Amino acid sequence: MATVVDVHAPPATYRVPGWWSWLTTVDHKRIGILYGTTAFIFFLIGGLEALLIRIQLFVPNNTFLSAQAYNEMFTMHGTTMIFLVVMPMSAAFFNFMVPLLIGARDVAFPRLNAFSYWTFLSGGVLLHLSFLSGGAPEVGWFGYAPLTSPQYTPGHSTDFWMLSLQVLGVASLAAAFNFLVTIINLRAPGMTMMRMPVFAWMTLVTSFLMVLAFPAITVGLILVMFDRYMHANFFNVAQGGDPILWQHLFWVFGHPEVYILILPAMGIVSEVLPTFSRKPLFGYPVVVFSGIAIGVMSFGVWAHHMFSTGMGPVADAVFAINTMLIAVPTGVKIFNWIATMWGGSLNLKTAMLFAIGFIAMFIIGGLSGVMHSSPPADLQQTDTYFIVAHFHYVLFGGAIMGLTAGAYYWFPKITGRFLSEKLGKWHFWLTLIAFNLTFFPMHFTGLLGMPRRTYTYGDYLNLTLLNQLSTIGALLLGLSVLLFAWNILWSLKYGEPAGDNPWDGATLEWAIPSPPPPYNFAVVPTVHSSLPLWDQKYGMPEHAQSHRLGDELLGTSPASELGLPEAGPAVAQRRRLEIHMPRPSIFPPLTGFGLGLMAAGLIYSPIISVVGLLWLFMGIYGWCYEPAAGEPAVVEL
Amino acid sequence: MSDVTVLTPPAGGGVAAEHGHGGGDHETATGLNSRKMLMWAFLGSDCIFFGSLIATYLVYRGKSIVGPYPHEVYDIPYTSVSSFVLLMSSLTMVLTLAALRRGDLIRFRIWIVATALLGLVFLGGQAYEFTSFYNEGLWFQTNLFGSSFFTLTGFHGTHVFIGVIWLLSLFISSINGKLNHADSLTVEIAGLYWHFVDVVWIVIFTLVYLLEVT
Repeated sequence: MATVVDVHAPPATYRVPGWWSWLTTVDHKRIGILYGTTAFIFFLIGGLEALLIRIQLFVPNNTFLSAQAYNEMFTMHGTTMIFLVVMPMSAAFFNFMVPLLIGARDVAFPRLNAFSYWTFLSGGVLLHLSFLSGGAPEVGWFGYAPLTSPQYTPGHSTDFWMLSLQVLGVASLAAAFNFLVTIINLRAPGMTMMRMPVFAWMTLVTSFLMVLAFPAITVGLILVMFDRYMHANFFNVAQGGDPILWQHLFWVFGHPEVYILILPAMGIVSEVLPTFSRKPLFGYPVVVFSGIAIGVMSFGVWAHHMFSTGMGPVADAVFAINTMLIAVPTGVKIFNWIATMWGGSLNLKTAMLFAIGFIAMFIIGGLSGVMHSSPPADLQQTDTYFIVAHFHYVLFGGAIMGLTAGAYYWFPKITGRFLSEKLGKWHFWLTLIAFNLTFFPMHFTGLLGMPRRTYTYGDYLNLTLLNQLSTIGALLLGLSVLLFAWNILWSLKYGEPAGDNPWDGATLEWAIPSPPPPYNFAVVPTVHSSLPLWDQKYGMPEHAQSHRLGDELLGTSPASELGLPEAGPAVAQRRRLEIHMPRPSIFPPLTGFGLGLMAAGLIYSPIISVVGLLWLFMGIYGWCYEPAAGEPAVVEL
Repeated sequence: MSDVTVLTPPAGGGVAAEHGHGGGDHETATGLNSRKMLMWAFLGSDCIFFGSLIATYLVYRGKSIVGPYPHEVYDIPYTSVSSFVLLMSSLTMVLTLAALRRGDLIRFRIWIVATALLGLVFLGGQAYEFTSFYNEGLWFQTNLFGSSFFTLTGFHGTHVFIGVIWLLSLFISSINGKLNHADSLTVEIAGLYWHFVDVVWIVIFTLVYLLEVT
């Protein structure tokens, strides 16, 4: 912001120091930081599990891990990376950035937002308690029935997996409801839907996917739970139960979930590329609509995970065609990103390098994905390392690289300091090389017939060299993650101060100080185009005219004037504002922990469940009768 | 009273929604109330939840290897009566909201307690039905029908039970003077949930019970 904002007499609520203020915070920015930090710690744990897997596979007939320990490792690696890393890292950016991008002071339901985080944390901790209580889950992240039935996994390991996923599901659903309402309802004046930054759009699509996909796995897990706890017959073949039902319920959630993981990264890349190409995003409406198309179509492709179950030619054909079709909007996006860079004046900062890396790696992962959309090809590739290569290109090369681009792009806004570019360049090149060294050979190990989820292989199969390349790559990839962690820690202390708009970005978050004040915008901006800051600085060029045309086509009002309220050298008259921010609350963490205790009690002791239930009710009642608004922050402009 | 409000506002927007009062909302970008939108989103999600449970029931319909089978235990006239009771609770819910909007707190309290009581009667009916099924030898672990029937109708009953607690909490709030005609939105949202649970029962009653008559 152009003017200096001094806050007089900050309200008591912001003076609460230390851990208590983090426990009770309802500030979307602090919750975003909590999400990001927690997810990064889980990232290190999940990465360590991956390294143990790779060490086991370094030589044939290795005995470094037992078969059971190996099963535990790949189950925990997959579950952790999907539910405790990529989703919450995306949530970290939803939390910190979305209100800033749409010109809001917070999310629609700040306490529900805090509840989402603490519930997520409860679920993550519960999953990892399994290591201390007789062994981690060993049924794979997809937990295929009847492997999850009591006779095949008699201990508590499957209970940990199933119950923590239920708790995590509640957290995801609460967050999805919140961001859905926030994005639809809390946009600043003039911020029409077709002026929203693409990241906000992709958050909205992701929220819809979560709202509609999670109940399916919730029901699936309930059936497993009743089978295990109450001897129901859902997956009991002896009583006529059908294990394939689990696969349908799981994948009708599981495939939208894949897009829940990748759409946020696509949104981030759509913010990073224009900023560092010095060009508006090419074909903004097309990028938005193809994101929506991906979201809608993602519910019609789930059974391509099930070709090998023998669904018959009609189902196979329908799901194969749908799967091929969903590549179209995805390809459209890739062309739009490339066209954004085309003819731009590229500024190859680390964020931009990761965004370009995202495009390249995602193309490889996307192409191998289209390969197994064809059932005959899939029958050759399914359950081999080819699939492992494919989805790591999409989820690491895609999602993680996109999220890392976001971290380098928005770190200055979040902390007020740059991440080191020097370390960043090392980080990028090491990641790119190590990633490809790890996963590119897996295409060949897979096509040569090496099955997934098998703890060792014979030395007569000629797979040793390819596996050794992958293991060396994985160790280097681990090193690159440590380099990133070091960069964050170093830059938090010694990073170069960034200022409000270090990259000369076009969207609203760059209009306010870094790090932003608790209320974000002292004056809520009025928005006249999709690139408010560029229009303010450079005047409204031709691209904005075309956006106006787009607005007219969509029946929204065309822009009439330029700039933000804060525009200009100085605001002439000083104004005194009182800004009401939500009051910190202990009830969201109480409610979240209560839910976690309820779930844990189903493993340890019913007494804990009863305590958890009472705790939950106490939390909800306290929440309902607690006044939400706190004392106003007084701001003078 | 919103979470985040500009008291001397140059422009609206950026308004959080918890504890927003009144019906129409001029402070949101769409003019729709955020809490109401949240409830609609939740109900959308709950549709998929019940859809999955109903699909599970239908997939396993006629697949049980041992009895008792549905036509042996269902008492359609009995369940029709309890279904009618639940549907009538939707009528009293409408009257509850209408009374509050008129500012008629006395009738509001009468109708909201009536709604909760009708819900409780339905739950009592379900408890009786479950007991009689149990006495006829059908329980959770008996066969696929038992597993899928009790899971589906049990989760519906849980939804009704939560609704009853919600309505009674609103009733107590109004006794304590914490709820009056300015809070009609709070009651409207509870009503949305209540009507949804009723509509789900119509689907369940048709697909689970009436389908066995033909």
